[in-house]
Amino acid sequence: MRTFLVAAPLAVLLSAGTAFAADIAVRPGPNAAEKLTEALIDAKQGDTIWLGFGRYELTDGLSLDVDDVSVRGMGPDSSILSFKNQEGSGEGLLVTSDRVVLEGFAVEDAKGDGIKSKGSDQITFSNLRVEWMNGPDEKNGAYGVYPVSSKNVLIDHVTVRGASDAGIYVGQSDGIVVRNSLAEYNVAGIEIENSFRADVYKNIARHNTGGILIFDLPNLPQQGGHDIRVFDNESVENDTPNFAPKGNTVAMVPMGMGIMVMANRNVHVFNNRLDKNATTHVLVAAYPNDYDDDNYMFVPRGVYVHDNDYGEGGYAPDGEVGDTISKYSGKPVPDIVWDGVTRIPEWLSWTAPENRVYVDEKEGTSFVNIKMLSQLILPWSTTPDTDISAYKGSLPEPAPVELPQDKTS
Amino acid sequence: MQFRQMAGLAVALGAMLIALLPASAADYPAILAEKPPKLLSEYGFFQDIEKGAGISKPSAGIVEYDLATPLFSDFAVKTRHVHVPEGQPAKYTASEALEFPIGTALIKTFAFPADLRHPKDNVRLIETRVLSRHEDGWHAAAYVWNDEQTEAVLKIAGKRMDLSFVDDKGEKVSFSYAVPNKNQCKGCHAINGKITPIGPKARNLNRDFDHGAIQAGGPMNQLSWWAENGLLAGLPDTGVEKAADWLDESASLDERARTWLDVNCAHCHRPEGPASNSGLFLTRGEENPVARGIMKRPVAAGRGAGDDQFDIVPGHPDQSILIRRVSSTEPGVMMPELGRALTDKRVVDMLRQWILTLH
Repeated sequence: MRTFLVAAPLAVLLSAGTAFAADIAVRPGPNAAEKLTEALIDAKQGDTIWLGFGRYELTDGLSLDVDDVSVRGMGPDSSILSFKNQEGSGEGLLVTSDRVVLEGFAVEDAKGDGIKSKGSDQITFSNLRVEWMNGPDEKNGAYGVYPVSSKNVLIDHVTVRGASDAGIYVGQSDGIVVRNSLAEYNVAGIEIENSFRADVYKNIARHNTGGILIFDLPNLPQQGGHDIRVFDNESVENDTPNFAPKGNTVAMVPMGMGIMVMANRNVHVFNNRLDKNATTHVLVAAYPNDYDDDNYMFVPRGVYVHDNDYGEGGYAPDGEVGDTISKYSGKPVPDIVWDGVTRIPEWLSWTAPENRVYVDEKEGTSFVNIKMLSQLILPWSTTPDTDISAYKGSLPEPAPVELPQDKTS
Repeated sequence: MQFRQMAGLAVALGAMLIALLPASAADYPAILAEKPPKLLSEYGFFQDIEKGAGISKPSAGIVEYDLATPLFSDFAVKTRHVHVPEGQPAKYTASEALEFPIGTALIKTFAFPADLRHPKDNVRLIETRVLSRHEDGWHAAAYVWNDEQTEAVLKIAGKRMDLSFVDDKGEKVSFSYAVPNKNQCKGCHAINGKITPIGPKARNLNRDFDHGAIQAGGPMNQLSWWAENGLLAGLPDTGVEKAADWLDESASLDERARTWLDVNCAHCHRPEGPASNSGLFLTRGEENPVARGIMKRPVAAGRGAGDDQFDIVPGHPDQSILIRRVSSTEPGVMMPELGRALTDKRVVDMLRQWILTLH
């Protein structure tokens, strides 16, 4: 009841006038689905909904739209919400309210996304497991843990397996911490997309197609992703063939991609361990597709890659991206690849220091700038630049992301 | 307005009508109850429910209405009623749902005839949804009719029901019908996180309707009738948009398709809606072609995208994710995500034709 004691004063503070915070227990059983649905709807601010030991068989998505509610289970292998027989809704559990904590349970076999939050402020995903039990399959849901258009997102000690897009996906959000989590057997392990201020650290991304992706895409309400730190992670043995439906952005990610930065501004990649990624360990690239959006910046602006630890890699470049790179870089593909795409005015003159790509790694780290022109997959120089020392330099690091709900860090 | 002359007739009948309309919201206090009543009959919207009259006898001040293009709900036959408190007409707005006053109820009943070819015979009432306008906004409640058809009971957690009917081709269709839970109501009925009515927009109400239950004289324009009878204020004389009936083949394909998308998709797919993050905006007034889906790449469609790259590829319905998603009945692929388990092939055909005409 430790959590109850914490939650109750908070609730009184936040919603004076409502009744005392309550603990609502829902146990597995014949009517559990209805009881749980009702508990989530009827919850009052400050309440905690407890999930007991066992499996809950659900045929429809669950949703929570009340602020200051916690949903807590007995652990990610003990309290299991199974959506194997789901008939409706686009996700297993949807949260649309603020100051919500989801902790200690699993979501299995959701037909769409696993757990989504839309428009939430202070949403915490802690000690959860989201998994498609049949392993990698293009029929699996897209995202495991999926906060979108949210603010102050904490993802801590979460495990995601089998997502046909990204295991942990944070989209169009602001203020993000993803840490201590495990993403494996997904297409993308962890993906931060069109988001502002993210710290991704102490995670393990392994046996995905690509480990950690930092993307920015056009034609979206929030774009211009920036101020992102990816550090102290392990992105290793990303050796699952890409099983995303071809229409998905991540369908282009080649098997064996360690960390990929596409577009975005001010991205810092450091102190990560990269090993056995068969295409390349780190790829910095422009958005490769045509688009119609005057407000979109398609090239990465200010990327700083330093002090990472590189093991074996680049020995089997995969797919169209792998082919394009290795055609110019040769094999094995270097540890770090920059496509070198530059905007034409910059190609004609120079790139401001804060917009450049900097690499500062220990001796023996291999690097290539393929020097592609604009968005065309067409190098303007047939001599890719492999002189890593020419890219030395640094950028000021963004301040650590602090979240109001994260008092422990 | 086209029907000013008929509206004049309504004025002549006005005095009689006033007597039929209720004196105040107090006639239906359940609308404003803090918790929705457990039984539909408690509202008093319909008389003789317990005697099996269903919704056939609306009480005074409960006005039936109709929409040009409705939301598809698995072929359910839907009957809509509104109660607007006396003396407090809804305010006209050009593009959004009308601004209804506190004490308003929007009442929508879903029913299935045994055979779609005979929509008035052997009709089984399934559920009645009530949207009530309180001081703090709209509240949603769904009532499920009993087997005897003598009462409908509140279902906060929603309900799945195995239903079947004979379709327009004489084939038997069996499926799992979902009564939405309270949060799912908001899944569609939300603008900036607040529950909002979808259907009663001026443009979608701007059509003829026979108010025969209350007033003889044949069909007349609903907006005029509402204005003449105190349900609506601020109706302009001219310039009111008119939504197409998507089944009306005399209307332009572009108008029919965009109206269908507006009604069936744009409650989520708009900048203020639950699907804002998709960047796909299907409101009738959206002019940015990429935002409308033309050569727009999906962002988080997952397997909803399949092998296709764009939401709408002009001239190529088979490559358009939109067609894939409105055709599918698989959760995670189908759109809308909620509120349907079946595909209306007529809609798919119409949208395919429309995409073929785009270039």
